[in-house]
Amino acid sequence: MTAPHPTIPPVASRRTVLALGTGALASLVVRPAAATPEALRAAIAEFTKGATAQPGRVRLDIPLLVENGNAVPLTVRVDSPMTAEDHVRRIAVFNEKNPQPNVAVFHLSPRSGRAQVSTRIRLGDSQIIVAVAELSDGSLWSAQAELIVTLPSCAED
Amino acid sequence: MARPLVNVPARARPGEIIEIKALIAHPMETGFRTGPDGALVPRDIIHRFLCTWNGQEIFSADLFPAISANPYLAFTALATQSGTITFRWIDDQGGAQVHSVEITVA
Repeated sequence: MTAPHPTIPPVASRRTVLALGTGALASLVVRPAAATPEALRAAIAEFTKGATAQPGRVRLDIPLLVENGNAVPLTVRVDSPMTAEDHVRRIAVFNEKNPQPNVAVFHLSPRSGRAQVSTRIRLGDSQIIVAVAELSDGSLWSAQAELIVTLPSCAED
Repeated sequence: MARPLVNVPARARPGEIIEIKALIAHPMETGFRTGPDGALVPRDIIHRFLCTWNGQEIFSADLFPAISANPYLAFTALATQSGTITFRWIDDQGGAQVHSVEITVA
């Protein structure tokens, strides 16, 4: 006869409750990516002259959890050899919920060496940031990031 | 306008890609904020930045109110020949701040 195993109580342990809790929070944070407001779409269409940018080749480095929306470091990189025949002509950055959808437009050339630009931006709310790159052959590529801002830039004073 | 701060290596090899950092003190007033009297503070931002190498444009940017105060830009350039790198910041008042640095490419 073997001694009965100590029964595991069917109630959820503290550990499982905590694990569930973080999971539930994470699922709350994920929102549909298609919810880009009209102003953002209009600003992108103005930059692309109505053409649609395909996702890829652009990398957007931005913290996903921002403590201070007054100065958010942002780096955009585009996968390109930057030669006279094949280079990035322009990179535009857009936001969803600031008073204006435009953030910046960077003009590059083969003399840029690398398609990489860093700056600091203001964010008035938790929102989606979109970067669109226009290449020398006219093709358009984009990337987007969704981030959470705990202290928005407009909450100051 | 204000004193700019740029970071460019003093010398580079031909064909080397160098990193250029440019910072300038500027309030970048968005035009969306209200002052103590409740009226909107008029917009005053640097809306254009240009960088030329011996007169040839290598990088430029159109900036909007969503750029932080004291705008910072970092970008790269292909070193070709020795000469002068000129930076130009243009704000809504029409004022331009120009700053030049020398670079030796050998």
